[in-house]
Amino acid sequence: MDMAVEAGVIKQHLIDPEICIRCNTCEATCPVNAITHDDNNYVVRADVCNGCMACISPCPTGSIDNWRTMPLVRAYTIEEQLTWESLPAELSPEELEAAGVSAEAAGDAAAAVPAQTQAQAQAQAAVESVEPAFNSAQYGASVPPWSAAHAYTNLFAPKAPTTATVVGNFNCTEAGFDSETHHIVLDFGMVPFPVLEGQSIGIVPPGVDAIGKRHHARQYSVASPRNGERPGYNNVSLTVKRVTEDHQGDPVRGVCSNYVCDLKVGDTVQVVGPFGSSFLMPNHPRSHIVMICTGTGSAPMRAMTEWRRRLRKSGKFEGGKLMLFFGARTQQELPYFGPLQSLPKDFIDINLAFSRTPGSPKRYVQDLMRERAADLAALLKDGSSHFYVCGLKSMEEGVVLALRDVAKEAGLDWDTVGAALKREGRLHLETY
Amino acid sequence: MSTINYSEKIPNNVNLGEDRTLQRALEGWQPNFINWWDDVGPEGSTNHEVYLRTAVSVDPQGWAQFGHVKMRDYRWGIFLNPGDANREVHFGDHKGEKAWQDVPGEHRANLRRIIVTQGDTEPASVEQQRHLGLTAPSMYDLRNLFQINVEEGRHLWAMVYLLHKHFGRDGREEAEALLQRTSGDVDNPRILGAFNEKTPDWLAFFMFTYFTDRDGKFQLAALAESAFDPLARTTKFMLTEEAHHMFVGESGVSRVLARTAQVMNELKTDDPQKVRAAGAIDLPTIQRYLNFHYSVTIDLFGADQSSNAAIFYSSGLKGRYEEGKRTDDHVLKGQTYKVLEVKDGQLVEKDVPMLNALNEVLRDDFIKDSMAGVGRWNKVLEKAGIPTRLAVPHKAFNRQIGALAGIKMSPDGRVVNEIEWAAKRNEWLPSAEDFAFVASLMGRVVEPGKFAGWISPPVMGINRQPVDFEYVRFG
Ligand SMILES: Cc1cc2nc3c(=O)[nH]c(=O)nc-3n(C[C@H](O)[C@H](O)[C@H](O)COP(=O)(O)OP(=O)(O)OC[C@H]3O[C@@H](n4cnc5c(N)ncnc54)[C@H](O)[C@@H]3O)c2cc1C
Ligand code: SF4
Ligand code: SF4
Repeated sequence: MDMAVEAGVIKQHLIDPEICIRCNTCEATCPVNAITHDDNNYVVRADVCNGCMACISPCPTGSIDNWRTMPLVRAYTIEEQLTWESLPAELSPEELEAAGVSAEAAGDAAAAVPAQTQAQAQAQAAVESVEPAFNSAQYGASVPPWSAAHAYTNLFAPKAPTTATVVGNFNCTEAGFDSETHHIVLDFGMVPFPVLEGQSIGIVPPGVDAIGKRHHARQYSVASPRNGERPGYNNVSLTVKRVTEDHQGDPVRGVCSNYVCDLKVGDTVQVVGPFGSSFLMPNHPRSHIVMICTGTGSAPMRAMTEWRRRLRKSGKFEGGKLMLFFGARTQQELPYFGPLQSLPKDFIDINLAFSRTPGSPKRYVQDLMRERAADLAALLKDGSSHFYVCGLKSMEEGVVLALRDVAKEAGLDWDTVGAALKREGRLHLETY
Repeated sequence: MSTINYSEKIPNNVNLGEDRTLQRALEGWQPNFINWWDDVGPEGSTNHEVYLRTAVSVDPQGWAQFGHVKMRDYRWGIFLNPGDANREVHFGDHKGEKAWQDVPGEHRANLRRIIVTQGDTEPASVEQQRHLGLTAPSMYDLRNLFQINVEEGRHLWAMVYLLHKHFGRDGREEAEALLQRTSGDVDNPRILGAFNEKTPDWLAFFMFTYFTDRDGKFQLAALAESAFDPLARTTKFMLTEEAHHMFVGESGVSRVLARTAQVMNELKTDDPQKVRAAGAIDLPTIQRYLNFHYSVTIDLFGADQSSNAAIFYSSGLKGRYEEGKRTDDHVLKGQTYKVLEVKDGQLVEKDVPMLNALNEVLRDDFIKDSMAGVGRWNKVLEKAGIPTRLAVPHKAFNRQIGALAGIKMSPDGRVVNEIEWAAKRNEWLPSAEDFAFVASLMGRVVEPGKFAGWISPPVMGINRQPVDFEYVRFG
């Protein structure tokens, strides 16, 4: 998600100069160089920060975690922020209105605040209401499963990307629908670019943005298994959705997704990464994998499924269940629908939820999870089960709540189970 | 670049398992470290579960993991920032050459000395602070103290790893010796003066973490530029942890000031005695503590003129603060820098070769950074409508090292005679009576959300937890 370009209004990331101790940790941490400083203040560039939250927990003071709803045209500039002695107050609804931002749009921007910040707001609200708010992010692991393979990260930094060649590009959703998702294959030739299922890579779109800065890289999950989209080749595949409208449904042409979807075989692209060292699959043969995704969140799930399929084909895999919960608006918009149907039932347990099938009630992945509570409870009791959640940010809370409820109904203590899942690297959340 | 292998005794991202000899040597050192921790680490803390930040890898999600841990089970491990295979030496005589992955023979002795000196400060501060847990002003502060302690311990590990890995037998002996010296010990003291001073109370602790850990920041930042790549990568990661230490100091003093200002406003007084009687620390005492810790700390940068500093720089061992961001030639030959000396009873500036003045350059960077923070402390007073302002003393005040050693100087930079010094000393530096007064306030407050009367609660908790969170579970 790119917060810097929400229609007309942004949630601007700011640093509280009264609390910040100018320790440089955030600047050293930010993967996209969004933070800079002078002798006076540390500040965030609104047009570069993508809300990845990498800087939030390393900051020793908490001063980094401040967000303001601002009309895009009035976003605080670096120069302004450098002079601050304290944070400006939130603009009032009247001020926002006067700047042409409707209360609705402001609300939407607030909804776009990354999960951790929202969780914080909720936590504050909860102090008053006593009932502690549910914070799904707190259960997400930041360590890989113990049997995961070793992941390489950041081999190519934003300042020194590598080049890959497009060797495949096709629409993997049914043609003729508004929303299309492409399956792209990139080849790295002789350049070392080792990736594991669950990692992502960054693509740097060519050209510059509205204020003349180079576009920042967008992240895409790898959809192919570790030994290549084509086994034994140094290539990876991606699942990229063409963004044609923003989160509010207004038409917009996503910079990078359209660039990628329009690439021709033989074109070259600039790639950074790989990224991610915890959303990795377990390798031990009796481990179970539960995959919960929407839309392009299926990319890492495809990678893991395909790796297991290849292992099974070669006779190297015995037990280990695979269970998939996959949500999309319609069957036509579901990437890889065809190939999924041809997987044997004793290999993978597939559950599809469609929210916009005409004539049918809306169904979301968490509804399906509740229907399969008995099977999920059995998996929650088994220390070899691993849970992966990937896709739209808005699904995360519902999915983790569903897991919690399944656990509770089965008489499990969620505090214990949830903490173990996190500690043991068995629940992974990646939403955007 | 690697992630951590959890099954190993010593968590690391340096493929320790592939170097059996090194692994065994470090596993041999580990029990001695734990013994040291049990003997002179935080007193009476063995059964506490503390809400600690623990690094499990060097990426952002990995190094800021929070949870309740017994300090003895803290994952003291070895973490190096990812390397860049093409990194070049960017200053000194070797500029443009490939950064070193091993220690060049001719720089071995100097590098070892730098690493040992840095390593010696880490356990020292744990020793200096070992009794403070018994007088913590709140559970929140107690947790912060313990966080600092475990991280100093990890920084010791970082230096010990370098010694073991790159300095053979000598390195192993030096690593042993790091656990044998003890802060303030008459026979076998720590290497640097400031690390043999006592940290008797929490005001001293906050001043120490503000000033002395900031010295750590500048020294580490200079080492993070080193041509010796393993040292550069280790210290880069240490810097991220060091930030918390300075935060404890900066916010600690701010909170003391906020409480003092509140008491002054409530009683409508600026009389130190009345402030003291109300159980808060008066501003002149805070200023004297500041004078002391500041002056002791700036001595840590070494003599104002030093041929060692020149050698360290020219040979690429230690750069300047933010070397990479400076725009000069990074060789510094033929350039000069102004240092102070006393001539005819007057302080005068003189030009000396830049290379010999590099300690002074680093000291001046430190001074600038310190002063900015003192400015932020003054904002607390300003907001409360108190006209008094704190100030750092002149840099020649109370110096024990270099050309200014032993010269009697007022905080505002006048050379004074012995008589005036003797008469004013207790106005400028904390007296026995000041220490006794501050000590009298140090009662232990550890109920969640409660704070001693001489300090305000923090603006927010650690890792977005509420201020009254149970940061320490007493076992
Ligand atoms: C770890 C990670 C993994 C990701 N994996 C994938 C992946 O496998 N496949 C994939 O397609 N994307 C993935 N993304 C999202 C991707 O990085 C981009 O955000 C997305 O392609 C949009 O970029 P853009 O340049 O086209 O749009 P931009 O030009 O950046 O944005 C245009 C507008 O569209 C809005 N917008 C952005 N994304 C969406 C969306 N998905 N739906 C609706 N509106 C949107 C923006 O807020 C903005 O208003 C991932 C993101 C992360 C952080
Ligand atoms: S990490 Fe936090 S305290 Fe440090 S400079 Fe950044 S915002 Fe300030
Ligand atoms: S949220 Fe991410 S992109 Fe924004 S400043 Fe922090 S680390 Fe950088």
